[in-house]
Amino acid sequence: MKRIAGIIVVLLGAAAGVLWADALSINGAGASFPNPIYTKWFDEYHKKNPNIQINYQSIGSGGGIKQVTEGTVDFGASDGPMNDEQLKAYQDKHGSPILHFPTVLGAVVPTYNIPGVDATLNFTGEALAAIYLGKVTKWNDPLIADANKGVKLPSEDIVVVHRADGSGTSYCFTDYLSKVSEEWKTKVGKGTSPNWPVGLGGKGSEGVTGTVKNTPNSIGYVELIYAEANKIPYGNVKNADGVFLKASLASVTAAASGAVKDMPADFRVSITNAKGKAAYPISTFTWLLIPEKFSDSAKRDAIKGFVTWMLGDGQNYTEALSYARLPKEVVAKEKKALAEIQ
Amino acid sequence: MSGSRSFLSRLRDGDEIARLITFVFAATVVLISILLVLELWHDSVLPRHKFGLGFFRTTTWNPVEGDFGALPFIYGTLVTAAVALFIAVPLGIGAAIFLAELAPPRVSDTLEFFIDLLAAVPSVIYGVLGIFIVVPLMRQYIAPSLKSILGFLPLFRGPAYGLSFLTAGIVLAIMIIPYIISVSREVLLSVPRDQREAALAVGSTRWESTWKVVVPFARSGIMGSIFLALARSLGETMAVAMVIGNDPKISASLLAPGYSIAAVIANELAEATSELHTQSLIELGLVLFLLTFVLNGLARILIVVTSQRGAGRARA
Repeated sequence: MKRIAGIIVVLLGAAAGVLWADALSINGAGASFPNPIYTKWFDEYHKKNPNIQINYQSIGSGGGIKQVTEGTVDFGASDGPMNDEQLKAYQDKHGSPILHFPTVLGAVVPTYNIPGVDATLNFTGEALAAIYLGKVTKWNDPLIADANKGVKLPSEDIVVVHRADGSGTSYCFTDYLSKVSEEWKTKVGKGTSPNWPVGLGGKGSEGVTGTVKNTPNSIGYVELIYAEANKIPYGNVKNADGVFLKASLASVTAAASGAVKDMPADFRVSITNAKGKAAYPISTFTWLLIPEKFSDSAKRDAIKGFVTWMLGDGQNYTEALSYARLPKEVVAKEKKALAEIQ
Repeated sequence: MSGSRSFLSRLRDGDEIARLITFVFAATVVLISILLVLELWHDSVLPRHKFGLGFFRTTTWNPVEGDFGALPFIYGTLVTAAVALFIAVPLGIGAAIFLAELAPPRVSDTLEFFIDLLAAVPSVIYGVLGIFIVVPLMRQYIAPSLKSILGFLPLFRGPAYGLSFLTAGIVLAIMIIPYIISVSREVLLSVPRDQREAALAVGSTRWESTWKVVVPFARSGIMGSIFLALARSLGETMAVAMVIGNDPKISASLLAPGYSIAAVIANELAEATSELHTQSLIELGLVLFLLTFVLNGLARILIVVTSQRGAGRARA
């Protein structure tokens, strides 16, 4: 009996030794859009570096910014860059700035349900803005029809659907609309939960998709990943160079390449409506928010090590999960910026 | 009394300990409510100072511009709860009367088991049922027929998308009916036998004894079940967020989309990026608390008033 007990104790001790062998635990929180790839990355990185355990809670971008500012997590993550006010709040509290590091790219696609129309529709930015402003109310309005010659559009009322919950998807979509429509910019603006002039609010991507599927003559928008995973048909969008383009991983990466020339050193940049013939216009980065100064040097080195790996080998995991990878130019820039973390 | 037995001996008997422990439990409930209000009050200081009482009167909800008003959400919460009670109260009480008074005991007990099961179904399931069953039915059949029959009322006008105050009210009704049935049935069953026998002895029919004697006797308990249901429908979040349409507008038509307090908090809190936005959502939580408090208070007064009137009539 005693021997069995002894063996159990030894085994437990060994197990504990393996599991907690001074594993350095790092905590992050924020955006839910990149959660699948982050989970994969942190898991793979832990396999390669058993002494480093990165935990991530997908509580939303707003929550991520709040938590990292409060100092309750080691790093944050967000689908939209922090604004100047938030940067200042961080600086005031910690005495040093916080840095943005793009990790992957996402895109937003228009999805619709028009009985009798099977063709992939073309949307101009002006048409999308006018539909979501409630100014274009019929599917056969010239603003839509002129870009879709040969498709017989019905004279039915458009049912507009948008996200009801605050989301990075809405931020990216309204950021794009603000760039292509002056009226949208002044009347509505960009935000995670803007004041929609018209439309029904669906809860989450599944809510928007469900409502569009169930409602004839409706239009909505979802993330590219979500549309791909659920085989939802979506339309083409006209980019800044005048080409109607269907979103794909390559066209999203191209949008980031197109924006790289004007990219500020802090990476806080919107890549919607980016230049380039192959660039899909409603694309966005998602960022890690990492403090410039760490009091704990072990944590600092671990995070720097992870970001270096993420920019290199880590990028190979993106396509399998339908995320668009970072273009080479951005990776090179980020590697330089990584040196600023002390 | 305390003179005859010393504190120590009472302590040894366990009376004092039991009293103390149960008192602490009871006090905890009050303490939690107070802490809740204090916390909500403390965390909503920005919008309270910026908007003041205007928060209750204005209809704009614009996180981008930082302009917040609660009226469309208060309206949506009250309207959906009213629709839910309008549907659920007659159905629930009717079913409870059948189960308690008319059904054979075995049928009654079996059904009661299923009703309790319904009460335990998570609200997100009701939301899913709402999206896939109630919303399409609403758009294709219920709303068009309501419009053609009752279209002269402003309540049933305008385009019907399926997501609406009425849909949310119907889903809420389905959710609260089990509460009303379950509690009302217990109350009806606890009415003393003498009451029924006395009524039957003076020549009432079975239905007369049920409707004129048993139900009035159980009235305050039945009211209690309705208020429990009301509280649940005011605070219901998930199911409502999935079927109400989430559009902060005030419309006379029940077929129009709307928004409720609980739904907007659940939808926007996680991604609220400005402090004012977060605090405005927290102030909405305070408003919901207030609303529940006031309605519950009114309910108590209603019970007292009606039971006095009933007693008065009985004496006369």
